[in-house]
Amino acid sequence: MSKALSLENVSKLYRIGSSEDLQTDAGAFQKFFLKPMANLRKYRSLYNFSAAELAGETESKDILWALRDVSFDIEQGDVIGVVGANGAGKSTLLKVVSRITPPTKGRLRVWGRVSCLLEVGTGFHAELTGRENIYMSGTILGMRKREVDAKFDEIVEFSGVGKFIDTPVKRYSSGMSVRLAFAVMAHLEPDLLIVDEVLAVGDAEFQRKCLNQMGEAGKQGRTVMFVSHNMSAVARLCRRGLYMEKGRLIQDAPISDVVYTYMTRGGNSAAEREWPDIEEAPGDDSARLRSVKIVNEKGAPAGTIDIGHAVGVQMTFDVLEPGHNLSPYITLVSDAGLDLFSSADSNKQFESTPREVGRYTTTAWIPAEFLAEGAHYVRVVMRAMNRQQLVFREPDVVAFNVTDERNTGFGHSWWEGKPKGVVRPNLNWTYEYTDPSMVIEG
Amino acid sequence: MSDESHVSHESGELPVTVVDSTRSWGFVDLGELSHYRDLMYFMVWRAIKVAYAQSIGGLAWAVVQPAIQILVFTLVFGGLVGLESDGLPYLLFSTAAIVPWTYMSGAMAAASGSLIGNAAMLGKVYFPRVIFPLTPILSMMVNFVISLVLIVAVLLYYKVTPTVNMWLLPVLIIYMMMVPLAFGLWLSSLAIRYRDVGIIMGYFMRMLMYTAPILYASNEVPEDMRWWYVLNPIVGVIEGYRSALLGGASPDMFIRWDSLISGLIVSFVLVVTGAVYFRRMERVVVDVI
Repeated sequence: MSKALSLENVSKLYRIGSSEDLQTDAGAFQKFFLKPMANLRKYRSLYNFSAAELAGETESKDILWALRDVSFDIEQGDVIGVVGANGAGKSTLLKVVSRITPPTKGRLRVWGRVSCLLEVGTGFHAELTGRENIYMSGTILGMRKREVDAKFDEIVEFSGVGKFIDTPVKRYSSGMSVRLAFAVMAHLEPDLLIVDEVLAVGDAEFQRKCLNQMGEAGKQGRTVMFVSHNMSAVARLCRRGLYMEKGRLIQDAPISDVVYTYMTRGGNSAAEREWPDIEEAPGDDSARLRSVKIVNEKGAPAGTIDIGHAVGVQMTFDVLEPGHNLSPYITLVSDAGLDLFSSADSNKQFESTPREVGRYTTTAWIPAEFLAEGAHYVRVVMRAMNRQQLVFREPDVVAFNVTDERNTGFGHSWWEGKPKGVVRPNLNWTYEYTDPSMVIEG
Repeated sequence: MSDESHVSHESGELPVTVVDSTRSWGFVDLGELSHYRDLMYFMVWRAIKVAYAQSIGGLAWAVVQPAIQILVFTLVFGGLVGLESDGLPYLLFSTAAIVPWTYMSGAMAAASGSLIGNAAMLGKVYFPRVIFPLTPILSMMVNFVISLVLIVAVLLYYKVTPTVNMWLLPVLIIYMMMVPLAFGLWLSSLAIRYRDVGIIMGYFMRMLMYTAPILYASNEVPEDMRWWYVLNPIVGVIEGYRSALLGGASPDMFIRWDSLISGLIVSFVLVVTGAVYFRRMERVVVDVI
C-alpha cells in the first residue's frame, strides 16, 4: 500500500496572551502607547518561538501546545476517525494537515489532492444563486470547473434543491442551503478527504444520506480522515482511530478501542455523564440536561449489565421556564453504529401539557433478556412539542456493556456460535403436543 | 505557506506535497496559482456580482461614481479655485485622470483589506492566499472598462482628435493594474500583523492622490523637484493617460518618458518585493489574524 499522509513529530504552538498584560487597565494603556517597539516584538512573537520554547524546556504559561510531537501514517484507502475531548487538538490537526496553518515543528507529507471540510458552506455567498454557489464552493474546495460541470446534475439531484437552482441562496431555507453545500462536498473526489463534524447539521434523513455518502467514499477506496464527537458514526465509518488528549496522540488503534478510551476518558465510567455547570449543560433556556446514567434494577449506576436483568437509562434534567411541553426519547445504538430502536417517554401527558419548573429524573426501562451481548451507546433527545424544536440531542452520551455471564444463549454453542442479530429478545414460545395415537396418518 | 512546501512526482505515484516549519524567502508559486485559475475566475465573478447585487443602479454606478467626482472637482478646482490645467478645459483634463484614479484607489483599498476581510474563510480552507488581493485588481477592471464611457463622452464633446500616442494605452492599462497590485501585496500582508495599516489607509490614499497630478497640472511642480515627484508611480499613470488621450487637444500633452519609465520600474520592484513578502507572511496569516 502506498501512503496518503505522513506526519513526523508535528507540533503546533500558539502564544496566548500572557497574564501580565492584563494586570491593570492603566498599565496596559501605558504600555500600549509608550512602547511601540514592545508591541512590535509582541506581534512578532505570535509566530516566532525561541529555541528553548520549541524544545519544550521552558514551560512558559503563555504557550499552548495545540499539537505536540504527533506522528502517524495513513495508507491510501484508510478511513481514520480522530476523537478526543474539546481542546484535544483535533481541529488543529485537521488545519495543519489541510495546510490552513503550518506546523511550528516537524514535517508532514500529503500525497495527492486534499479537500478539507471544516464547515458547511465555505465560500457560499447569500447573494449568489444555487448554481453560482455550486461553482464557487466547488472550486474553493479544490475542484476544477470542468469537474464541477461533470458533477453538476448529480450535485443538484443530491441536494434536492431542484427548480430553485437559479434562485439566490438568501431566499433558501437554512436546511436547503446546508443540503446544497453538503451536496457539493459529497461530490468532491480528492485523494484525501478531511471531514470535521459537518454531519452535525441537517435533519435526520439528510444526516443518514450524508453518512452513507461518507461510507461510500470509504468503500470506494478513498482516504478519509473524520473528526467527530458522534461515536456511533465514527465507529461505523472508520476502521482505525486516533485518540488525542492535550495535543498529544495518545492512542492509535482499531476504532472500537479508541471509542472505548474516549467514552471512559478522565477516569469516568462510560455509563455516567454529568454536567455540574449548568452553563455548559446541553439544552437551552427552557431546559438543560444535568446527567445521564445507566442504572441496574436496584437503581445503582452500572456499566455492565447481565443479559438476565433489566437496565434503566436515567436522565435528570432541569426545567427552567414554565410553558414547555417537554418529552424526551432515547435511541439505543449498537457498537457497529446501527440505530437499534427508539423509545419515547411513555408519560404522554407531557406531550400535551407543560412541565412545571423544577428537576425531573426519568428512567426508561429496557427489559431483561432483550438486548444482545456487546457495547451499546445511548442517544438522548429532548423535544419541545409545543414549539416543535429539539431542546438537546446528545449522541453517545453514555455507553454500557451487556454480558451473558450465565451463558444463556444457545447453551453449548456447538451449532452456529453466538446468537444472531442486534437484539436477543427472550420470546415466549408456545407449543402443542399431540399423542401418536391421535395422529391420523394419510 | 507555500514557500516551505513543494510538489514533486515520485515514480508513478500521486504527487507529494511536503509542508514543514521553515520559513524561507521565495516568490509566489505561479504554478500553484495556475492550478487554481478556475477559482480565481469565480472569485472575480463573485466580487462583481455581489458588489451590485440588489441595487437598482447596478453597473451604472461604475459610471455615476466617477462622474460625480469629476463634476465636483471641475466645479471646485476648475471653476472656483481656477487651477491651471495645461490650457485644456478642466473637465477634459480631470476626466482623463479621475477615471484611472478611481480604479487604482478602489482596487488598492480592496486589495489591502482583502486578507483581514476574509479572515473567516482563511481559517477554513486552503488555497493560494494571493488570490485574495488579486481578486479586486481584476474585478474592478470591469468598472474601469465601463467608466471609459466618460472618457469617450468628453473626448467627443470637446472634439479631441486621437493621436498616435494611443498606442500607449495597452501599456498603461497593465501599468495601472500593477500599481494597486504592488500596494495591495505589501499592505494586505502588513495589515495582518499591524492593524495600523487599516487606520492610516485613508491618509495614505489621499497622500498618493495629492502627490500626483490628478487635480492640478504636473507643469506646476518645480523642475528640480521632478526627480522625486516621478517616484510616485501614480504620476506616470496619470501623465500617461493624458498624453495618450489628449495629445490632439494640446501640444503640451506629449509622452513624459521620465515618469512613465520610473513609475514602471518603481511599481515592478514593489510588485516583486511585495510578492516575496506576501509569500513569507501568508503562512502565518491564520495564526496572527
